[in-house]
Amino acid sequence: MTNLLAQIGSRVWMPDNMSNYGSEVDGLFYFIYWICVLMFVLILAWMTLFVVRYRKREGYQANKPAPHHSTVLELTWTIIPTIVVMIIFYFGFRGYMDMATPPSHAYEIQVIAKKWNWNFVYPNGHVDNNLHIPVNTPVRLVLQSDDVIHSLFIPTFRIKKDAVPGRFTKTWFTATSTGEFNLFCAEYCGQQHSIMKSTVVVHDAGEFDGWLADAANFLKKMPPAVAGEKIFNLRGCAQCHTVDGNRSTGPSLKDVFGKDVLLVGGSNVKIDEDYIRESILEPGAKIVNSFENVMPTYQGQLRDTEISALIMYLKSISKHYDGIIPTEPLEKDEQPAQTENQ
Amino acid sequence: MTAPPLPHKTDTPIAQTCDNYLNHTKGFKSWAFTVDHKRIGIMYGFAISTFLLIGGLFALALRTMLALPIANIANHSNYTADELNSWMDIYNHMFTLHGAVMVFMFIIPGIPAMLGNFVLPLMLGAKDVAFPKINLLSFHIFVIGATLLTWVLIKGVLVAIFPDLASYIGHGGLETGWTFYTPYSMDSNSAVVEATLGAFILGFSSILTGLNFIASIHILRPKGMTWFKMPLLLWALYGTAIIQILATPVLAITLLLLIAERAFGIGIFNPDLGGDPVLYQHFFWFYSHPAVYIMVIPAMGVISELVTAHSRKHIFGYKFIAYSSIAIALLGFFVWGHHMFTSGQSPLANAVFSLLTFSVSIPSAIKVFNWLSTMYRGEIHLRVPMLYVLSFLLLFAIGGLTGLFLGALAVDIHLHDTYFVVAHFHYVMMGSALIAFLGGMYHWWPKMTGKMYSEKWGAIACIMVFVGFNMTFFIQFIAGSQSMPRRYASYLPIYEIYHYVSTIGAFVLASGMFLILANWIHSLIKGKPAPANPWGANTLEWQCASPPPWDNFAVTPEVDDPYDMTQWQYDETIKGYVKNDE
Repeated sequence: MTNLLAQIGSRVWMPDNMSNYGSEVDGLFYFIYWICVLMFVLILAWMTLFVVRYRKREGYQANKPAPHHSTVLELTWTIIPTIVVMIIFYFGFRGYMDMATPPSHAYEIQVIAKKWNWNFVYPNGHVDNNLHIPVNTPVRLVLQSDDVIHSLFIPTFRIKKDAVPGRFTKTWFTATSTGEFNLFCAEYCGQQHSIMKSTVVVHDAGEFDGWLADAANFLKKMPPAVAGEKIFNLRGCAQCHTVDGNRSTGPSLKDVFGKDVLLVGGSNVKIDEDYIRESILEPGAKIVNSFENVMPTYQGQLRDTEISALIMYLKSISKHYDGIIPTEPLEKDEQPAQTENQ
Repeated sequence: MTAPPLPHKTDTPIAQTCDNYLNHTKGFKSWAFTVDHKRIGIMYGFAISTFLLIGGLFALALRTMLALPIANIANHSNYTADELNSWMDIYNHMFTLHGAVMVFMFIIPGIPAMLGNFVLPLMLGAKDVAFPKINLLSFHIFVIGATLLTWVLIKGVLVAIFPDLASYIGHGGLETGWTFYTPYSMDSNSAVVEATLGAFILGFSSILTGLNFIASIHILRPKGMTWFKMPLLLWALYGTAIIQILATPVLAITLLLLIAERAFGIGIFNPDLGGDPVLYQHFFWFYSHPAVYIMVIPAMGVISELVTAHSRKHIFGYKFIAYSSIAIALLGFFVWGHHMFTSGQSPLANAVFSLLTFSVSIPSAIKVFNWLSTMYRGEIHLRVPMLYVLSFLLLFAIGGLTGLFLGALAVDIHLHDTYFVVAHFHYVMMGSALIAFLGGMYHWWPKMTGKMYSEKWGAIACIMVFVGFNMTFFIQFIAGSQSMPRRYASYLPIYEIYHYVSTIGAFVLASGMFLILANWIHSLIKGKPAPANPWGANTLEWQCASPPPWDNFAVTPEVDDPYDMTQWQYDETIKGYVKNDE
């Protein structure tokens, strides 16, 4: 029976928990919850009783004068709530200190938030939009932001931490179960705040290393245009640029390679390799007419080969380009990704 | 009466035949440039009701948007990127408008500027506030600031919906949220400077009102009204005024720094220039958390008056209630950091702010128990104001108790910036402050207008508001603990059901609010004349005619215990209470 109640309670209130301190947080949540229910019922009953007994009605007269004041009663309902809230404070504080103190051997992942996607940077230099982590391993996240304040929120793990431009913030957790979970941005960050979401993928401990090695390798395995498409989606280009011809925050990139476009200010430019490279590294230099200068720079965040792959991808989706699309991967094994990285 | 009665009144009911503040002089200028506190109160009433209407209609529009298919992420593939972006822009402009209008133009001025201006001098047995001209100045500043801010906000929504309008009325608007967080408000293309200027101007109105109230309470108390013979509403307004005077200048400075940062790039908040965006949050909440108490302390004062008047019973624990108003006002200054538990502020700071936050909950709890005890062995008249007291007690209990979840650090980390917070502060600001405002309006309505209202329709509307409110916001606690983040224009399918229920509730709530409006308009046209003291309350405002004469009291009335209800007996012939010795 109590099991059933807990289950219904967990359906209604807190979502599933899959992290080391989930049960502590939920325990405190339900502790406070039952105090609240108790207090509310007390107030409701107290109020109802008085309203029913002392309401003005036929034949009722309040004759006996009632006390205006009772030091004993008033001290009672000052002291008891004080003790209760101090207990709540203590448990809240203890739980929080666990969250604030990562173990020294935690696996560290850098998180870069920007309007409006997440980049998770792994020790081997791989960058991913989704947070992949091994199960039962403490993971420490070091957050930074490229533009405004964002906040990383993983409900299933009961963690939330702001990513603040100009400083590093840290949080940590241990996932206790494999699976895929939601990751939200919780601090309002503009137009696409509500779709700045991602997925946490918790791998089996053995599987994780394999996944990471594989994921980091795609420039060595895929044809450049395919790798470019992957980077296009991975690194947030797709957030503002469609590839179906419709305009969004930025111009659509379908059929633009090789085309002449009108810029803000009235001049024209032919979209070629140089223009694309410049627009990625210095987005404000030449803005396409009718668009605003809102793109963040990717200076220092994309390697040359990655930019080359992106250019190859844009060539592959442009009818104005009729050259060859190579199929050989851009990177070779003798030239590992790490050495070239920033 | 010192002022002569108007000659042209003949056969209207007694209340209207006498000279009173409503008919003493006529014409637009006699209102717009009056220094009479009652007229200024009424004008504030019209102004803030207008803003309540605007903010409310936009709230309804927001809730409607969230119930449309496009708000569900599962349906996003049916829309183009441009459609989705414009949808999100509209939503972002609208939630900013709703928040800014409700906070700066309805709920902060609400009770103090409207009910406070009208009632405070009457409760003191005075002819006006201490500085009547400053009072008028504060109203004019309010109108200027509010007009500017509203125009900027509405323009933004209009341009977001109809982009072509931009060529006629220009760009503008605000989509930073009412909090103007940096560095978003640095990057934003919207009219941050204009909007900030509007809020800056509004702040002065608030400061001047607070100044006036403090001075009035110090120097205008009649003979015999010692500090502990003051009605509790005055204690509450005094506590509020302390916050208005001490905290609002910090907001003004913060907003000026924000303007300077945007205009000249001085590098205080902008990380690109070596500034610290979190510093802005500290400055902002140093005002804006105490501002929560600017909203709620006067509401508590109103409830203290209402519960005793309509229970026909002396207030229970006068001193505890009076002290707790001041305690909340002072403690409220030291808890701002609880808005920033996830911002990266140090664990030590978080712990201290959490502890202090819990300490504020105690005075609030004391008040609730004292109000409940006031009803003990009373003679409870379930009139409309008393129904609002009962709603207030339940809604404030929920609002206050859910604060315990948010004060507890470990739990707050999960609930921070979710709908749980949205539900919590709507229970406190709307469920408590707005409900107290409505209860207060009904309570002082006969005094303000000289008319009685329909008890039956008033009660129906009150119940509709109560039911609609809970339906709208209680479900948001669940949505929030299930992790629905706030300020989201769209959501995952799992949250759809919560949004549907909430939206239906919002329409019930809105219907109740419009019924209240109809009830009041009906009362103005068809209401029966009100007696001087329809409730048998013993505070001074009930000892002058309804509506009050131009100069309030011909002679300063006698003062004794403001809650000694036994001095008043019901008189059937005038449908009101008369003093025993008369």
